Amino acid sequence: MRASEVEFSDVQGLVRFGFGKMTRAAYLLARIKDVAAAKAWLRTAPITTAVAMSPPPTLAIQVAFTAAGLEALGVAPSVIHQFSHEFVGGMTEPSRARRLGDLGINAPETWDWGWRATMPHLVIMFFAADQLDAFIGRSTGAGFGAAFDVVRRLSTSDLDGVEPFGFVDGVSQPVVDWQQQHRSPALGRQLDYENVVALGEFLLGYPNEYRKVTDRPILDADTSTAMLLPAVDSPDKRDLGKNGTYLVVRQLRQDVRAFWQFVGKHANGNGKDAEQLAAAFVGRALNGDPLVPIQQKPIPGIGPNPAEVRQNQFTFDEDPFGARCPFGSHVRRVNPRNADLPGHPNGLAKLAAVFGLGREGFRDDLTSSVRFHRVLRRGREYGPGISRAEALEPAPPNEAERGLHFLCLNANISRQFEFLQNAWVMNTKFSGLTGASDPLLGTRAAIRGCPSTSDFALEQEGMLRRRVAGLPQFVTVRGGAYFFLPSLRALQYFSA
Amino acid sequence: MIPQSSFMVLAEIDPGRETELRELLASMNDAPGHANPENALVPFARFQTLHVARFLIVDDKTTGDVTSYGLAPEQYPLYLAFLGDVDGEPDAFLAAAARDAGNGLRTIFSCCKDFSAGTDLLRWMKKHNTRSAANYVNWRGRTVQQAREEAILHDAIQNYVETNAAVCGMPAREAHATVRRHIAAEQSAGRITLSPEPPTPLGWKIADVAHLVGVPAIVLLALPVLVPVALLGLLRLRMLEKTDAELCGRVDQAHTDALANIEDHDVSNQFTAMGSLKPGLVRRWSSAAVFFVIDYAARHVFNRGGLARVRTIHFARWVFIDGGKRAMFMSNYDGSLEAYMDDFINKVGFGLNLAFNAGIGYPRTKWLAFDGCEDERKFKEYLRRHQVPTQVWYKAYPGLTAVDLERNGRLRQGVDSPMLTDQAAREWAALL
Repeated sequence: MRASEVEFSDVQGLVRFGFGKMTRAAYLLARIKDVAAAKAWLRTAPITTAVAMSPPPTLAIQVAFTAAGLEALGVAPSVIHQFSHEFVGGMTEPSRARRLGDLGINAPETWDWGWRATMPHLVIMFFAADQLDAFIGRSTGAGFGAAFDVVRRLSTSDLDGVEPFGFVDGVSQPVVDWQQQHRSPALGRQLDYENVVALGEFLLGYPNEYRKVTDRPILDADTSTAMLLPAVDSPDKRDLGKNGTYLVVRQLRQDVRAFWQFVGKHANGNGKDAEQLAAAFVGRALNGDPLVPIQQKPIPGIGPNPAEVRQNQFTFDEDPFGARCPFGSHVRRVNPRNADLPGHPNGLAKLAAVFGLGREGFRDDLTSSVRFHRVLRRGREYGPGISRAEALEPAPPNEAERGLHFLCLNANISRQFEFLQNAWVMNTKFSGLTGASDPLLGTRAAIRGCPSTSDFALEQEGMLRRRVAGLPQFVTVRGGAYFFLPSLRALQYFSA
Repeated sequence: MIPQSSFMVLAEIDPGRETELRELLASMNDAPGHANPENALVPFARFQTLHVARFLIVDDKTTGDVTSYGLAPEQYPLYLAFLGDVDGEPDAFLAAAARDAGNGLRTIFSCCKDFSAGTDLLRWMKKHNTRSAANYVNWRGRTVQQAREEAILHDAIQNYVETNAAVCGMPAREAHATVRRHIAAEQSAGRITLSPEPPTPLGWKIADVAHLVGVPAIVLLALPVLVPVALLGLLRLRMLEKTDAELCGRVDQAHTDALANIEDHDVSNQFTAMGSLKPGLVRRWSSAAVFFVIDYAARHVFNRGGLARVRTIHFARWVFIDGGKRAMFMSNYDGSLEAYMDDFINKVGFGLNLAFNAGIGYPRTKWLAFDGCEDERKFKEYLRRHQVPTQVWYKAYPGLTAVDLERNGRLRQGVDSPMLTDQAAREWAALL
C-alpha cells in the first residue's frame, strides 16, 4: 500500500503532541441533552489540530465520543457497528471487565463514572498554559449548557513530571512513524527491539505493523459524506475513521500511603531498602533511570538526546534472569522490549527458532513481540501531591483522592490496550511467573484455581528468588470508557 | 510413560429434545460454560485420567457459506459431541465413564436419536467415537496424576522457601540440596507423593517407532509419484485461491458476546471452530495431507511443551465430519482468545494458513502458507464467525497453564536428581 502524506490539519493535536507546555487540563465528561444544540456547539468548537505551530498553542480543546454518544448524536446504527467490537461493546461489558481486571473493588458497578447512568457521551478535553478555568468558562457558555449535561469534571494536577507514587513518569513512548518511511518488517522478521512504530497503530486509515489498514467505518460517497476523505483501500468510498483513533480513558486512584507504608514495612523501616523495593516494583529508579545498564548499540527511535539514551537505550536481553529488573516489574510488563524472535538467531538457528525447535530456556517465547502492542500514553495526574515522608503518616480524615487519569491512543483497542492490560499487566502468569499480577496496577482478586494473586518475585541470579507476598492493591479503577477521537472531517460529519 | 489419547462421541440430537438437552447441560455448570467438577450427571473430577473434556452442541451457523461456490446449503443434523483427552487408551476411559457415570451419560445421550432405554451405553459410545485427523498433546506422557502431584510439589517448595528465607541466600546448588532434603522428608512423612514414571506400554512403543520410521519411509518410496502429484495439486490450488471468496465480515455482536460470556473465567479457555470445506477433491486431499503432516509432527516432534513456538495449548485436534464436507477444530489454551490468536498469527502464521485455508471464506492466502492470517482483523473475524460455544467444559487443573505444568515438571526433575551441575542448578533455581 502506498504511503499517503498525513493532513495534520485533519488530525486532533493530542495524537501528535502531549501538550506538555499546557500544564493545566480538565476533562469534561458530558451527556447530550439537546442534539441540535450539541451539534451547533461541536460545529464551532475550536479544535486544536496536529499542525505544528510556532509558538506552540497555549490553549487547546479536543473531543472524543463513546458509542453511546454517537448514537445520541443520531449516527446511524449501521455506521456505529462498523467501529470495533470493543468500542461498540464498551469497557464495562462483563467478559471485558474480567479480562481487564475490573473485578472486586475495581468492578464497573462501583465506579464513580462510566457505569450506566454515568456513562458519558463524550469527553471534552481542555488544556491551557494558564487560566484554565477562565478558558473553560469562555468555551462553555449558554450554548454549551443547553447542549450538554456534565456528568463529571475530571481535574488534573501538574506534579512536575512525577506520578503520585513519586516516580518520574512518561519516560518512554513509542515514536510514531509519521513520515511512513520505516516500513514495518514482515512477521517474524524484526530481530531487534525498535521504538519506531507504524503510523497505522495509532491513527486509522494508514498501514499498521501488519502492513494492513485497521477496520473502521467505510461509508458510501454521497452528499452526506462529501467532507470525508476517500478510503485508501476502497477509493470510491469515504473513510469515517481516517485521521481518527481510539482513546482509552481510565481513572486510576493511587493509594500512595499504602504503597510507601507497605514497602517501608517490608524493609523494616530502612528508607534505602524501601526505595529499592519500590524501584523493583516499578522497574525504574525514582528519577526514571532503568535498572538495567544501557546498551552501546543504538535503538531506532531512541536518542540521540543523551538524557533519552541514558533512560531508554536498553532492552532486557542482558538481564535474562530478571536479577536486575524483575520479570514482574511494571515497566518490564508494559514494554518487554523484545522483537519477533528471541535471541537474534541467524541462518539455521533462525530456521530452528521459527519452528520452535531446540528450545531450552524456560522463558523463551513466552512474551509476544511488543511491536504489535504499543500505545501512546497521554495521561495526567490528579489530586494533591504527597511526599514520601508524608505518605508514611496515617491518612487524615476526608483525604482528597489522588491518582492518574490514564489516557492512551491506539488504533486497535483489543490488540493494543486490552492485550497489554490483560496479557501483561493483569496476567498472573506473565513471563513464566505465577500468582503475581502487576505490582502497581494489578487487582489482587482471586481467579478460578488461583486463590493468591498478590505475590511479587525478586529474582536473583544463581539463587532462588525472594518473594514479597501479600501486596495490597495500590491502584483502584474509579471510572473508564472507550472513546473515538475523530478527525476534524469526521467531527464535521457527526455534527452536520 | 503413559501416552495420551483422545475420544469424541458424536451423535445426532433428537430435534424434539434439543431444549431439554441444553437445560441438562447447563445444569452441570457452576459458572457459564464451566463444569462443576462434581456435578451429578458426569462428575468429571472422579476420573483420574481425564485432562480436559467438553459437551458441545455442534451448531454450525455457517452452513450457508457454500453458496459462494454455487452449491445449495446442506441440511446437516444437529450433533452432540462429548470429547476429552485422557491418559491411556480411549476405550478404557469410556468403559470407566460408562461404569461410574452411566446414569448421567444415559440421561444426556437419551436426547440423541438412536439412543433408547435398552441401548448398551459403552458399545454405543464406542460406535460413535470419531477419529481426529490431527491431534496435539502439549506434553506426551504427562498424566493428570503427575500434573497434580507436581503442582503440590511446587507449592510445597514455595512454602518451604517462604518460611526458610535463608535458602534464598544460598548458591543454587546448595539451595537445591536443601530443598531436596526437605522434599524427601515430606515424602517420607507422606505429605508429598511423587509417583515414579509408569512403564511405557510395549505395544504402543513398537507402534510409535514404526510410525516414526515407517511414515517417512513410505513417503520416500512414494516420492516419484508424490512430487509430481503435489506440484500439480499446488499449482491447481494456487489458481483456485486467487478467486476463492473471503467471508470475513464483521461478526454479529450478540454472537461475540455469547462466546465471550463463557471465556476468561479460568486462566485457560476452550475453543471450538467449525465450517464447511471448499469443494473439490484437490482441496480435500490437500487438507488431509496437511493434517497428516501436523499429526505426524505433533506426535514425534512437538510433544515437549510447544506446538512450534506456541506454548499455550494443552490439547488440540482437527476432525473431519460429514464425510469430509465439514471440519472442526477444538483446543484448550491459556490466556484470552485475543492473545491466543495473536500468538498464532505472529509465531506460526504459516501453519495457521496451511491448517485453515481449506475452510470456505478464509482470508486470501498465497501458495497456501502466506498472507492469509497476516490480515489479522480479517482472520480474527473469520475465526470468531466460525466459533461455536461449548456448553460444558472441564479442565482437571484449574488455574494452571501449560507453562505452569512445564515449570512444575522441571522442578520435579531437579528434585529427582541427587546432584546438579552448577549450570543446571542455576537454571533450576530460576524456575521458581
